[in-house]
Parts: sequence; structure tokens; C-alpha cells
Amino acid sequence: MTGPLRRRLPAAGGVLGALRARSELGVCALLLGVGALVLTDALTMDSVASTRGPVGPRTVPVVVGTALLVVAVALAVDVLRGGRGDAEGGEDVDLDEPGDWRTVALLVGVLLAFAALIEPLGFPLAGALLFWGAAFALGSRQHALGRDPLIAAALSLVTYTVFNTLLGVPLPGGPLTEVL
Amino acid sequence: MGSFGSLLDGFGTALSPLNLMWAALGVLLGTAIGVLPGIGPAMAVALLLPVTYGLDPTAAFIMFAGIYYGGMFGGSTTSILLNTPGESAAVIAAIEGNPMAKSGRGSQALAAAAIGHFAGGMIGTVLLVLLAPTVAKLAVDIGAPDYFAIMVLAFVAVTSVLGASRVRGFASLLIGLTLGLVGLDQMTGQQRLTFGSLQLADGIDVVIVAVGLFAIGEALWVAAHLRRGSGTAVPVGRPWLGRAELRRTWKPWLRGPLIGFPFGAIPAGGAEIPTFLSYVTEKRLSRHRKEFGKGAIEGVAGPESAASASAAGTLVAMLTLGLPTTAVAAVMLAAFQQYGIQPGPLLFEREPDLVWGLIASLFIGMVMLLVLNLPLAPVWARLLRIPRPYLYAGILFFAAVGAYAVGGEPVDVVILLLIGLVGLMMRRYGLPVLPAIIGAILGPAAEQQLRRALQISDGSLTGLVNTPFSVTVYGVMALLLAWPLLRRLRR
Repeated sequence: MTGPLRRRLPAAGGVLGALRARSELGVCALLLGVGALVLTDALTMDSVASTRGPVGPRTVPVVVGTALLVVAVALAVDVLRGGRGDAEGGEDVDLDEPGDWRTVALLVGVLLAFAALIEPLGFPLAGALLFWGAAFALGSRQHALGRDPLIAAALSLVTYTVFNTLLGVPLPGGPLTEVL
Repeated sequence: MGSFGSLLDGFGTALSPLNLMWAALGVLLGTAIGVLPGIGPAMAVALLLPVTYGLDPTAAFIMFAGIYYGGMFGGSTTSILLNTPGESAAVIAAIEGNPMAKSGRGSQALAAAAIGHFAGGMIGTVLLVLLAPTVAKLAVDIGAPDYFAIMVLAFVAVTSVLGASRVRGFASLLIGLTLGLVGLDQMTGQQRLTFGSLQLADGIDVVIVAVGLFAIGEALWVAAHLRRGSGTAVPVGRPWLGRAELRRTWKPWLRGPLIGFPFGAIPAGGAEIPTFLSYVTEKRLSRHRKEFGKGAIEGVAGPESAASASAAGTLVAMLTLGLPTTAVAAVMLAAFQQYGIQPGPLLFEREPDLVWGLIASLFIGMVMLLVLNLPLAPVWARLLRIPRPYLYAGILFFAAVGAYAVGGEPVDVVILLLIGLVGLMMRRYGLPVLPAIIGAILGPAAEQQLRRALQISDGSLTGLVNTPFSVTVYGVMALLLAWPLLRRLRR
């Protein structure tokens, strides 16, 4: 079944172009990988744990893992036959432009930095950095040194107060609040 | 009249100053969120899940319900003035509403939409009061096999009714079910998919799953395709309706709920299908058929009324059976789980204050929304001017705070980010998000009911189909699955 399809792929783009046109196969690979992981985890479970009732802790993971493998193959067949999942639209989404993956990578970096800094720096500072960094990554350059840090600091401090006093969920204050 | 007395008690709960404040906060937030692009009611409720740590359940649900209804009111304002609907339910409002706004009849379109939401919400909530206790009574002695059947129905329905592709729906559902598997097995304590990590042994909190899929996934996806120089809203005055328009809109307002309410109560994806059906109906019945497509007011009034009524129908299914039929209901179900409350037939007996307070607050919230939206729609439209970097940075900010607040662990923010990247991939390749969230929230409960049912029947699979209720549910499921095949045969 893949024979005639392969001929239809653009020759000029070579392997890379062909892969890009079929990048949805990456989703199949992911599903396949997760399925294998779920199955391995289920089958290597030590059965020492007492099994209450006829259905043990293994059954459902085995079913889900197998289903993942089946769906991965079914999706791959669909993609190779020319099926395509439509990218999701939205009010602020412009699908005519190619994906701006640099911005996404920057945002991922900002979130990781937040996770790393929240305990050493405390929430008010790390949160402000998160908002400022995300706004910068998303293209707010004009006010990056003026208005943006002020908004970030205000948002972060208000959130810190609301969580600590109103909701009773303590966020780390960090060295800044210890000084005050 | 048992339910009438309970409703009066509910008004007693909902009219307390504190609960009135939560309702007002909910509808204000809801309207703002509905107007704002890129942030829907499901994401808003997900981002607000951390309030469940500090608020009592009644207050939290009154606020969430206000957000749900308010989001619909605000969403149509954006569709009419900007013509770029973000939510599927608001697509129809843009078809007729935006041409009206462009031809200078924006105020009439906004009024038809706002009053439509009010009428639909009111009629829908009255139907909820009349029907929900009956459904709860009928379902009160359903057991494990019945619960399992309902949950499987939810899985089948969200994957096969919604979206263009069943394979992609199932892929999404399985991703959700896998996320739900992580942690200690509830019955034996066996570790599953934890890879020896203590943090994963508690499972992935539903707050992190919901916020990751809805908020981070959406924000990253928009970031990848951010529209530069977004469209400008059509300026309008205060919404109002003349006598001629009223004559054309009152029937659609009343017809909408008849279509919207039943569709909200069944797992068919909330407001998407009923708004479309209502539009088609109004087009067929209208004497101004030629105006359709160019700004027919019936095409705004009917579908908007159907949309709000479908929200009430959604609440029937969620409160009486614990069956979430929309993304918002799924996230609200997660909130119930946070409180350790099981929505279902017993909810009306065990938590009458909560249920009836919530229902009464719907009536109050609806009046608040009409007052907020009818004269103030142009003011709300100003929210559209918010710089997009701030909007999406704010979403990421609150998402990260919410994930950290779950357990005070920085690693939760990393898990949130990973789930968000899955959400990004799903949006890129057209995998619907709703099945994943329903899989993650209902999956563990479904497994428990399955095992309980099979324990009772001593392992025999007949234990899953030994009640009339479960047989009926599986029959409905078979119909849903066979429907496309039957249609193909007829052709």
C-alpha cells in the first residue's frame, strides 16, 4: 500500500521534504512509544501485590497500552493515505503564517527558568520574571524596560498576597520578603 | 412540590451577601473571558481551580457557573464585533452578527444576542429545575455496572460525535487515559507508570492536566501563530431593539432552548451542534430568508438562545449523573473531585445546599449578566484592545502559579509544561482536546467502577450488562458507533 504513495511524494524535496509533508507521523511515533511504555510498565509489574477481585492493577494498563499501539498504526495508515488533522484555528491564530517555533522555545525556556528560580528567588521575583520574560518572548519590546517590569511586579505581588492570605496557599517569599 | 421548596432554600443560600459577591465575580470574570480572545470558559475555570483550596464548594461552584454563562454572553460580543470567533459555539453568531455590525446594526445584533442568552439561560434553567430531581430519582439506585456504562458512553461520545476524525479522537482519549493511570493503583496500591518517582506516586493532579492541556497548550499554540496586527472591532453604540426587530426575534428566542437544552444534556459536544441546528431552523422558518448571510437578526437570536440553554442541559447531565458533556463541565467535575464530592444521583440528597444554591445562583447570575451586557457591551469590547503579549503572558503566569500551588513542588511546573507541549502537539495535528481531558478525569473512576462491577459478578463479564440501565446505555452507544456506517449504507 505504501508503494504507489511513495511515488507521489515530491521528488525535489527529497527525504527531508517528504518527512515534512508527513510530519504527522511523529504523532504516530509518540503514540507508539507511549503505548510500548504503558505495556512494558504493566507487564513488568510485580504481581506480589495482592490482587483483589478478578481484575488486577494490570488489566486496564494492558488494554490502554494495546489500544495506543492500534491507534498509532491506524493513524499512520490514515496519514499515509493522505489524511490530515486540521490545525486548530482561533481569534488570535493566523494559520497562513508558518509556525514561529522560536517564540515557543523561548516561552518553554521562561517556564523552565521559573521552575528553577521559584525556590531560590521566591515567588514575587520569579513570578515577575516569568511574566516579563513571557511578554518579551511574545513580542513586547517597546515597553520591555519601562511599563512591562512594573506590570510584572504588580501582578506578581498581588498574586502572592491573594494566595498567601485569601486562599491560604503559601507561596515561597524568598530572600526579598525576609528582608522586608 | 419538593423541588420548588428546595429551590426557595437555594435562593436563601445564593442570596447571602457573600455568595452574591461570588456570583457577581463569576459573571464579571466570565464576560471578560468571553470577550477576550484566546481564553475560553474551560481554560478560565481550569486556571481558577486553585481557588478550591481556599473557598467552600458552594461559593466556588457559584463562581464557576457564572463564568460558564458569562463566557457565552461575552463570546458573542467578540464574534459580532470582530468576526473571528474563537469558540466553536460562537461561530454561528459571527455569520449573521458581523454583517449586521458592519452595516451599522451592531447594537441590534448585540441586543438580540444578549437577550437571546438571557431567554435561553432562563428557560434552560427552569427545565433544569423541573428535570434534574426526576433524573436523579430515576438514577438513584444505579450501581457500579451502570456507572461504568455511563463513563464508557462519555468516552465513545466525545471521540465519535465530535471532530472530523475518529482516529484522532481516540488517540486523544488514550493520551488522557494514560495520564490518569499514573500513580498508585487505587485498589491495590501497586505503582503504575511512576518509574520509581515519589512525586509521580500521588498521580498527576487533575489541576495540572487541565491547566496544561487548556492553558499552556493554547498559549503556546497561539504563540506559534500569533496574528500580527489583529483585526479591529467594529465600533457600536448601546445595544437596543426596535419594535420591528422584536417582532422578528421573540420566536427564535423561545425556539432556541428547545433545541439547545436536550443537546446540552447528551454527550454531543455542548453548544456546537445545537447552535448550528437552530440557525438552520431559523433560516427555514424565516420570512426574511434572503437576508440570511447578510445580517438576519433571527440568525443571531435563535442560536444564542440555544447556546445558553445547552449550558443548562450540560449541568443536568453533570449534576445528576456525573457525566461531563463539555470541556467546562469536565473541568467543573475536576473541581468536584478536589472537594471529594461525587456528582451523581446522590448529590441532590447529600449536598442539597450546594446543588440548589448553585441552581438558584444561575437565575441570579443570568439577571446580572443581562444588566452587565445590555448597556455595557461597548465598554466590554474595549477589552479587545489589550496587547496580546500581556494576555498570553498572563495566561502562562496564572497557569504556572496554579500548578505550583497544587503541592508546592517546582517539578509540577515542569510536568505542567510537558503536558502543555502535548496540548500544543494536539492542536497542531488536529487532535481534539476534550477527549483527553475527559479521559484523564473519568478514567480512574471508570476503572474503579469496572473492577467493582466485576468483583460483584466474580469476574463474569455479564456483570457489566445485568441491569436494564446499563443495557440501555450500551444500546445508545452502539447507535452512536453505527451511525456513520448506516449513513454510508443509505448513500
